[in-house]
Amino acid sequence: MNKPAIPNSFRTGPDEQGMFGIFGGRFVAETLMPLILDLERHWNEVKDDPDFKAELTDLSTHYAGRPSKLYFAEGLTRHLREVSSAKGLGGGAKVYFKREDLNHTGSHKINNCLGQILLAKRMGKKRIIAETGAGQHGVASATVAARFGFPCVVYMGATDVARQSPNVFRMKLLGAEVRPVTAGHGTLKDAMNEALRDWVTNVEDTYYLIGTAAGPHPYPELVRDFQSVIGIEARAQILEQEGRLPDTIIAAVGGGSNAIGLFHPFLDDRSVKIIGIEAGGRGLDGIEHCASMNAGAPGVLHGNRTYLLQNADGQIMDGHSISAGLDYPGVGPEHSWLRDSGRVDYVPILDDEALEAFQLTTRVEGIIPALESAHAIAHAVKIVPAMDKDQIVIVNLSGRGDKDVHTVANMLGMEI
Amino acid sequence: MTTRIDRRMAKLKAEGRPALVTYFMSGDPDYDIALSIMKALPKAGADIIEMGMPFSDPMADGPAIQAAGLRALKGGQTLVKTLKMASEFRAADDETPIVLMGYYNPIYIHGVDRFLTDALASGIDGLIVVDLPPEMDEELCIPALKAGINFIRLATPTTDDKRLPKVLQNTSGFVYYVSMTGITGSALADTGKVAAAVRRIKGHTDLPVCVGFGVKTAEQARIIGASADGVVVGTAIVNAVANVLGPKGEKTADPAEAVATLVSGLSQGVRAARLAAAE
Repeated sequence: MNKPAIPNSFRTGPDEQGMFGIFGGRFVAETLMPLILDLERHWNEVKDDPDFKAELTDLSTHYAGRPSKLYFAEGLTRHLREVSSAKGLGGGAKVYFKREDLNHTGSHKINNCLGQILLAKRMGKKRIIAETGAGQHGVASATVAARFGFPCVVYMGATDVARQSPNVFRMKLLGAEVRPVTAGHGTLKDAMNEALRDWVTNVEDTYYLIGTAAGPHPYPELVRDFQSVIGIEARAQILEQEGRLPDTIIAAVGGGSNAIGLFHPFLDDRSVKIIGIEAGGRGLDGIEHCASMNAGAPGVLHGNRTYLLQNADGQIMDGHSISAGLDYPGVGPEHSWLRDSGRVDYVPILDDEALEAFQLTTRVEGIIPALESAHAIAHAVKIVPAMDKDQIVIVNLSGRGDKDVHTVANMLGMEI
Repeated sequence: MTTRIDRRMAKLKAEGRPALVTYFMSGDPDYDIALSIMKALPKAGADIIEMGMPFSDPMADGPAIQAAGLRALKGGQTLVKTLKMASEFRAADDETPIVLMGYYNPIYIHGVDRFLTDALASGIDGLIVVDLPPEMDEELCIPALKAGINFIRLATPTTDDKRLPKVLQNTSGFVYYVSMTGITGSALADTGKVAAAVRRIKGHTDLPVCVGFGVKTAEQARIIGASADGVVVGTAIVNAVANVLGPKGEKTADPAEAVATLVSGLSQGVRAARLAAAE
């Protein structure tokens, strides 16, 4: 494929058809088309509406706890400087964490859910459905549904229900109905299929609260815009705290909503190196990973064209990741476009590397990161020792890891 | 340029009866059995064959067709084999129209131009691609029409009068009216509403309007066929196959015969449709 010409700005997409270059679009059944057009109309009305913005900002501040802190991870920085010295490099950049784990519900997912629930309310919808992988989006959806008095159904792969049981219980406490999906490997992809089937059946009153920056237009755009608060804050905070932009920013990419939220406000700061981390699982040689941009090909699934893990016949593969939130064989379309345009590098991190970073962060920072975020930290652990001491890296700590302690205990052969 | 679909629809119109459009899943449970089912369809009274192309993530399908697709994929079915099956069928039957129905990704991965060339060579007459609404016509619809293959669009209860012209614009062969909002295999909608919807669509187009989603019995086929130009049956046929498969997917009776029995009954239903309407 030819590389597209470098645009004047990387922040103008999508176009009116919902395309980011060849990626994105509206590949959905006709039954859903009028709903998606209706959503787009409402989205266009509210996105520059000061009342909508004011309501969202108020909730973000007083309900979700924004702005989230930009925290200088001194313990991790010191540790990586020791590693650097031991290698004779004498460097080690300063590492900052964008603390999305401190948000209400424990991850960045609340940013998007608050925005979309206000949209659902404006559209007069009566019922919320959502898909979830790790359960973070399911919890955030159930939370805003409880707060605004909507009934909520969350589709969750049966495998994920088993490995994320604390979040399942949380959703139930919040009044949501969790429907386990047994098709396929019982992970996020299958949950999304089932949510789409629900939506196509209950078109009259149902709002589909998609959790990541993927799906048919306008979802990738609106989820990105609701999550961009991460990058907008981080950019202002680093300018205030360090007086300059970071050298590198890093975030984990499953569907890619925390990553696009951090990246988007930095896309036109050409001096900032941007790195997205894919789930390398047990390695890219086999099929046990979710590195769709490193090992997949463009295809069409769940309403958009994007990089997908698939076989030569165009059948979608299931993939694997230790982290339920990254266990998805595709990625949001804007990431695919950023990959092909060369603005963002996407690299894989293996299960084991993420697990190590999870433990390291817990020990040296006293912060238990989500396994998703641990992938991003693991890459920082790799590159920071070779950087100079006056350089700055921001890692998106997209969520807290309490939900993952069972998985980690299992991996380490411990019983809780 | 007329296609086998146009000719078949014109012939049935002259006979004064609706078409029986039968869906089966190619490759379910394996290639040979599926081919025997396909060959049995016209003999049992099917007028048009919809050939399901299995896909790993069939988002608009209910459990029955999902399971059939997975059986087919497990049995080694691919897009290439589906086209081969069509050409084997075509070698012995040059009349019965074949419509491929499925999702876009396997076609996209095969390559659109190559797919259209191969489909024409295999005797394919039309395409129904669930996840390609008119907004995405440049992808496949327009190239298919140029190649002489009908592109059959789904119209649904959510397709209002304002949107219908857009949906119908590049549709050819026939219009497939989805009787309900939902996935395949659900219960049949209120037949009175379906008849009204068919009249509404006919107000916008001269194309034949076939109705599907939820039709399972000869009696339902008769009632729907009274107002529609064709009746589509899918899940009931796929279930007839599943019912003669054992727990490990082995056949416990002849699937082609099971399908033929069902389709013969449905065929009597559509043949009685206009008599009933005339009463």
